[in-house]
Formats: sequence, structure tokens, C-alpha cells
Amino acid sequence: MLSITPDPIDINRVTNAVRNHRAGAVVLFLGTVREFTGDLQTSSLNYEAFEEMALASLEQITFEARARWSLVESAVIHRIGPLELGDIAVAVAVSSAHRGPAFDAGQWIMDTIKQQTPIWKKEFYADGRAEWVHPVHAVPTPDSSRSTSVITSNESDD
Amino acid sequence: MIIDVLLFAAARDLAGQSVCTVQIAEEATVSDLRYELIRTCPNLKSMAKVLLVAVNNRYAGDSQVLCEGDSVACFPPVSGG
Repeated sequence: MLSITPDPIDINRVTNAVRNHRAGAVVLFLGTVREFTGDLQTSSLNYEAFEEMALASLEQITFEARARWSLVESAVIHRIGPLELGDIAVAVAVSSAHRGPAFDAGQWIMDTIKQQTPIWKKEFYADGRAEWVHPVHAVPTPDSSRSTSVITSNESDD
Repeated sequence: MIIDVLLFAAARDLAGQSVCTVQIAEEATVSDLRYELIRTCPNLKSMAKVLLVAVNNRYAGDSQVLCEGDSVACFPPVSGG
């Protein structure tokens, strides 16, 4: 299950999508909208995606993860549009025979989405300001993962 | 050839439009397209250095040669999650 959607994320649906008799471990990660990043107070976020490429990116990332960690199933849902504090922006679920690969694959999938998948967030602050969040020093290379660092840490999930 | 470049997020806001049509020579590269894009949408100049280019839904390096009918998008570094 891979999806980019304006609708609220159903965590039961995404979790059940990866449950399987061959799996002894299911890991679910949720990225949620956080209020404070240091001294900055967020009031809401708005996510935008280049949907066609974002879905292709999610397919490529999960394909690679499934092969690398011998996953049983994987699912990613990313929400777009306006989100309020506490809302779920992204859900990543994976299942595997044992827990180690499931934890590792979930982390890697989320890290790689943040580096590669064409989705952007606009942050609306409590003081009335609004700005697009984007990392700096991103180097586009078609053949390898891009290395990025982040201007500030105002991201919803970490 | 004529290419409609899709713009997203801060790039679209800066340009004030979601599509920027550019004319480039046959066998022009992504680097040539970047030059024409900034010439056509001068407002994008301030973020020119960080703009990423995708051709047919894959990230493209500056030396990639463009073909008639390629789907091209240009956008700032991503920030999903």
C-alpha cells in the first residue's frame, strides 16, 4: 500500500496492510505535527507533493527496502494539504520474520523519503509568519542518494 | 523544442506560476534548461543554486540531455515527513 492523500491517515488500515502469517514483527512509524521546534511555535503545516513522482519514489524506496531486509510487506501513506498540531503526516509500516530488520527498514525508509521523495511542507507559525521548509546543500545526483543537511530542525517527525 | 517545466512549492510561489514554458535547442542539457528557466522566470534566480530538476520522474544531473516530450519538473530540496 502506497498512497499520497489529503484524507486523515487510518493507522489500523496501514498496520493491517502489512500483517501477515509469515511475519513475526510489525513496526509502525508515525510522523506527527509537533508544536515546538526550539523557540519556534508552529500552529499548522501544509504539505504539497509532486504526486506522480512522489509515488514513483515511494515505490522505488520500498522495493529497495523489501529486497535489502527481506521484508514480508511494506506500506507508506503520506498526507498532503493542511494539517493541525498532532495530526499524522506520514505513516510507514513494515513487517518481517524477526524484529531487527523491521526496525532497521522502517528507519531507512523514513530517512530516505525525507531525502528523496518530492513532498514539501510549509510551516505556519504562531506569530503569523509562514515559510516553506527546505534543507540546504542538497546535491542532485541521478544515480545515488542525495546527502542533505537541514537549516533548522523544524520537521514534524524528529 | 518547447518544454513546460512544472514548478512546485517555494519555486512555484516565487515564480508566481505553476508551469514555466521554455524554449531550448535540440539536444540541450539540464544545465541549458536551468539557464533558460531563470531567464524566463527571473524571480527564481534567488533559489537557482538549490533547485532540483527531475526528468520523467527521476532526478536529473546537469549533463543529462533532454528529448522532445520529456516531462520536466523543477523544485526546491524536499521536506516531507
